[in-house]
Amino acid sequence: MTSLVEFSAVSKTYGGIPALTDVSLTIEAGAVHAILGENGAGKSTLMKLLAGVITPNGGTIKVDGVERHFATPRDATALGIVCMFQELSLMPHLTVRDNLLLGDGGPMLRLIRGAAVKAVRASLDSVGGSHIGLSSLVSELPLADRQLVEIAKAIHRRPRLLILDEATAALTAERVETVFAVIRKLRDEGCAILFISHRMYEIDAVADRVSVFRNGRHVETFAAGTRNRDEMIGLMVGQPLTELFPPRVAGPAMSVAPLLSGRGLSWERGLDAVDFDVRPGEIIGLGGLDGQGQQYLMHAVFGVLKGVQGTLTLDGKPLGGVTPRRAKAPGVDIALVPEDRKTEGLILDMSIGENLSLAGLSRKPYGLTKAAGPADVAVARLTERLEIKLKSLDDPVKVLSGGNQQKVVLAKWLALSPRCLLLMDPTRGIDVRTKAQIYRLLQELAGEGLAIILQSTDYEELIHLCHRIYVFYRGRVVREMSGDEVTPDALIAAALNAHSNTAST
Amino acid sequence: MTETGISRSGKFKVPRVVISAVLLAILFAFYITIQPRGFSTYVMTIWSNQGLLLALAAIAQFFVVLVRGIDLSVGPMIALTNVAASHLLSGSLGEVALGVLLVMIVGTGCGLLNGLAVVVGRIPPIVATLALGSLYSGVALLLRPTPGGDIDETLSDALTYDVYGVPTALIALAIILVLVAIPLRRSRFGMSLYAIGSSRDASVMTGIRVPQVTLAAYALGGFFASLAGLYISMLTLTGDPNIGPSYTLNSIAAVVIGGVALSGGVGSPLGAALGAFILKTISALMFFSNLPPLAQPFFEGAILAIAIALGSLGMLRVRSRLERFL
Repeated sequence: MTSLVEFSAVSKTYGGIPALTDVSLTIEAGAVHAILGENGAGKSTLMKLLAGVITPNGGTIKVDGVERHFATPRDATALGIVCMFQELSLMPHLTVRDNLLLGDGGPMLRLIRGAAVKAVRASLDSVGGSHIGLSSLVSELPLADRQLVEIAKAIHRRPRLLILDEATAALTAERVETVFAVIRKLRDEGCAILFISHRMYEIDAVADRVSVFRNGRHVETFAAGTRNRDEMIGLMVGQPLTELFPPRVAGPAMSVAPLLSGRGLSWERGLDAVDFDVRPGEIIGLGGLDGQGQQYLMHAVFGVLKGVQGTLTLDGKPLGGVTPRRAKAPGVDIALVPEDRKTEGLILDMSIGENLSLAGLSRKPYGLTKAAGPADVAVARLTERLEIKLKSLDDPVKVLSGGNQQKVVLAKWLALSPRCLLLMDPTRGIDVRTKAQIYRLLQELAGEGLAIILQSTDYEELIHLCHRIYVFYRGRVVREMSGDEVTPDALIAAALNAHSNTAST
Repeated sequence: MTETGISRSGKFKVPRVVISAVLLAILFAFYITIQPRGFSTYVMTIWSNQGLLLALAAIAQFFVVLVRGIDLSVGPMIALTNVAASHLLSGSLGEVALGVLLVMIVGTGCGLLNGLAVVVGRIPPIVATLALGSLYSGVALLLRPTPGGDIDETLSDALTYDVYGVPTALIALAIILVLVAIPLRRSRFGMSLYAIGSSRDASVMTGIRVPQVTLAAYALGGFFASLAGLYISMLTLTGDPNIGPSYTLNSIAAVVIGGVALSGGVGSPLGAALGAFILKTISALMFFSNLPPLAQPFFEGAILAIAIALGSLGMLRVRSRLERFL
């Protein structure tokens, strides 16, 4: 086997936060190389480096034994490196035909001939997309078909190294098998394939070699089949950081009446008959792979979505016609800490003080006076309690570190003294110390009787903080776990829906 | 199980261009019934000439909007090329031909400059084209402080009358639309313009030379503005440095009515041209209506608002409040 790409001591940091540290890795031609790791392990950074989207801070990348620096995806493509990023590879307003043609690197100004279109058709058929019309708009295709088009587009460029990022996440088992056949054929023709998937059985089925990443470091590379699933998960998870999390506190008794309940919540684009209950003093976790409907449940409860079926009950009374404005109103008292603090949680150019008072603007005296109303006093108390590190409340919020920004978002909502707090991935991209502070805070708040729903992509958070966990898969709650049932392995297995038939559609 | 996370429209959708065409047909029928001279070659020719002028401006705007930009210098570029034409379009056949070429180069050059400011200078399109537009207006005023100049009448007559009863302007528009539509739909360059407007990130990942293609879009905008400038010269036989302002906003209104998305990646030159004719027909309708003159702007605005609202009915299908305001 010949090595196609060689990483030596490659590092990448974003604003001082390491994403990839001292990684050395060899990718061989004619092999399917699986990359395993939990969210934030450095898999996507690795791919972006290879695709020419970002450049490393240190170390060298050799292609065919020659050191290369690629500045743009064009440079990477010129060397035969083609990357299929989830949701990022297709132009939605263009037809399937145009999407595939644009990637093939043909002459810009010459009119397209029939032969080129036939080649597009052949590429699409080869991945099992013969049912997809070339003139359909990508934006109108179902997710699964879009993924097939993405794969076809990557293959259409005749890559020497094909990088597939969760390429099969939306495909049913039957379609996955067709795609795997293509991958094996490409491999046998000498193409190298970097395969990133959360589905263990897919890695068992197609990988020749497996590399495990954890916290931005390359942990180990081994031949597929030499480790069992438990060993691989063990390598991914590593040693649990026990001191990061406060000691567990028992939740309220099951006999306590729920503060907020949902029954049969459905939404056409991603929720399927979801039931949930959250009691005062309880921390509920929403787990599962990314984008399985957890976020939609949060949005549905906070009244962001239109046309949600099912019922919400607050204090045993039905709660209808929720909008964000009504959700935060006194008497309902729900607060939502959104997923993306930079766009949804904060107005970056406004001052810290202004951001802190935004959620309370509609409360008396409607923000008309600067006088220290009850909300302002609460804000002052909260900045202290949350240990927000700031020079002045008049500084723009964007000068704060990510962790402190998140604390501002939390404080902004806690100032309204909510009874139910919805948190969407609150510790994403935050340093460990602040994480630990936020965890302790959440537990204290629960102790004071707040009902908390925590959605997280970090399953350690769910395991250590939550009293109960709902695991989502394709818009449904596939499992509810509590107490001793909650282990990393069980959670991952549930997230992958390993115990049920994933082939059904 | 049911498929989740998937939106499937399934329903048959009427192409946007057809909606625009039907709207234009209705407005045109209205116009013909109230126009005192009825359906005649004369009426058709005037209507087509005015329509072609705005259609060229709208196509100029279309190319820039397609790559998610906006061009506030369309009017000034039209004024500048009109003034340039009034200096260059006279004399022998050869001189006039050279003059036409030079005017096109001036327009394309202005467009290229806009593109450079946006792509290389990284200035937001709205600011870059506003500033450079003022510059072009200024140059036009320096070149010809008051309306005047000399335009070749043979060329003017050839382009502003009719051929066997069919307005020359309509024939010219049809030829231009065909010449533009083929490379736009069938070459990788044309597709790249749509691709960049549709998703810049995906275009970069696809290996499209985004800066160069964006630059070309702005240059094409300048080129079509120069065609509009030339055609004004044909209609008025003078160069007027103050002719520009109305064309900037009307070109934007025309592309919106014609179904070109201001967010980029959607639309066609045919749509832009239809939008321009719709806009011109509404103005003509007002002119011949018996509405009191002071009430006309109100009704013109109301019809315009309805036309634009028809195009944004899709908003009603949005299912998440977070998407509604994007």
